[in-house]
Amino acid sequence: MSAQSQSQSQSQSRYPHSQPQAAAVVSIKTVNKVFGERQNQTIALQDVSLDIQPGEFISLIGPSGCGKSTLLRVVGDLIQPSTGTIMVNGKPAHQARLDRDYGMVFQSPVLFEWRSVQANVELPLEVLKINKAEREKRASDMLALVELSKFTNHYPWQLSGGMQQRVAIARALAFKPAILLMDEPFGALDEITRERMNDELLNIWARTKTTIIFVTHSIPEAVFLSTRIVVMSPRPGRITKLIDIDLPQPRNIETRESKRFFELATEVREALRSGESERKH
Amino acid sequence: MDRLKNYLPPIILFVVGIGLWEGLVRVLRIEQFLLPAPSVIVRAFFDTIPALIESGGYTLRGALVGFLMGSIGGALVALATVRWVTVREGLLPFAVAANSVPIIALAPIMNNWFGSTNPLSKMMIVAIITFFPMMINMVRGLTLVEPAKIELMRSYASTPLQVLTKVRLPNALPYVFNALKVCSTLSLIGAIVGEYFGGPRESLGVYILQEAQLFRFQNAWAAIVVAALLGIALYLVIITFERVTMPWHNINRN
Repeated sequence: MSAQSQSQSQSQSRYPHSQPQAAAVVSIKTVNKVFGERQNQTIALQDVSLDIQPGEFISLIGPSGCGKSTLLRVVGDLIQPSTGTIMVNGKPAHQARLDRDYGMVFQSPVLFEWRSVQANVELPLEVLKINKAEREKRASDMLALVELSKFTNHYPWQLSGGMQQRVAIARALAFKPAILLMDEPFGALDEITRERMNDELLNIWARTKTTIIFVTHSIPEAVFLSTRIVVMSPRPGRITKLIDIDLPQPRNIETRESKRFFELATEVREALRSGESERKH
Repeated sequence: MDRLKNYLPPIILFVVGIGLWEGLVRVLRIEQFLLPAPSVIVRAFFDTIPALIESGGYTLRGALVGFLMGSIGGALVALATVRWVTVREGLLPFAVAANSVPIIALAPIMNNWFGSTNPLSKMMIVAIITFFPMMINMVRGLTLVEPAKIELMRSYASTPLQVLTKVRLPNALPYVFNALKVCSTLSLIGAIVGEYFGGPRESLGVYILQEAQLFRFQNAWAAIVVAALLGIALYLVIITFERVTMPWHNINRN
């Protein structure tokens, strides 16, 4: 984690609207992304601007084709925006990627099947040329964090889907990135596993104080996890509403059953629906 | 016990097959030159062991050296095609086309170029035959990588060399072993058929040809058994190596 994001206090960061320019970890300014040529153009992102404060848990939610995954990839410098700028920790997204500010988690675990669980978590540390002793220690710590210490020598195929995704999270956290980019990481899991993974992710977030940008199309998941939800709408992909989630921390099963949880879920649902109807007129 | 159960059916089938062969040859009084009985072949095998070792060794050496030249060459070209995409796009259609050409037809040409008694003539045939399957399989293994793996490596700001060693090469391993299995068979075929078109007396191909011409069919058959054993041995070495090298792979799952 960079010095800058560490210097930010948690309380300051939780409600970013009040101070939009105050040392954002991620600052997205009028980003447009167009795929294809001339007649076949798709506007994946139109005039997207967003500031994300250190320690925030941001969910991008919207129907398929609303550009939420595209936005995540643009922030992660995996694809280039057509116009607009993205600053991460005060530097361009490209430089942030070279500085290893990002941890990525995809919908599928993307584990390397020829590596043991331990070796999978060590992969980014090998890329960073960190020595073996330090690699082993950090990977063990991360596997303890996701409660997989007993499975270090297993191969990915020997683990369940939920366990594989936990390995992927441990791997993404192994080099202590400033920002965790998660693209529907629990989308392929069953509902029960998914809720358990949500609890674990919040625990990890509380302990590591990492800023998380999380793509999902599940309303309860977004409400339960986030400090702020970014509602997006398709054709053209754009942000239609920002919703602050003021549910108290730490969140647990009671949070899911609270009145406020349902109110917020309804608010998100209505925002998604109005985004839909807007398009039809 | 479980292992025995697995091996039992093929062993029974083998014994029954040999028994039937022996029985039919005797009952139907099939002529020696058409099909010698297994017992006759076994006797010929033990009577001609020195000659079989000598010619088998010669052919095996040619097959192995050619195999190494072809597969290493194929692997190197495949690696180059990953580095230079234009090379791949230009070369791959020709490689696929060349792979479906019966390359063994080149044998007389190679004998002419290098001299039929020069071991290099057989090695070159084998090298050409094994080059294309290795190259094509390795290119597939290096390029058919899950795109998310590449994206992940990109998010670590990894170098192209790291992508090669940590993603592409391990991903190519199963493809390489498939190529090696195909090539192990091809290399012996290439060497022996190459020898049919001319080679030194102490080679399996020439030995089989001459013994057959002299009506010593039991000796020719004994040499064919040697060729078969060499092929099986080569294959076994490769699949053993495959199991050891890829402990994660399907082949090691129960």
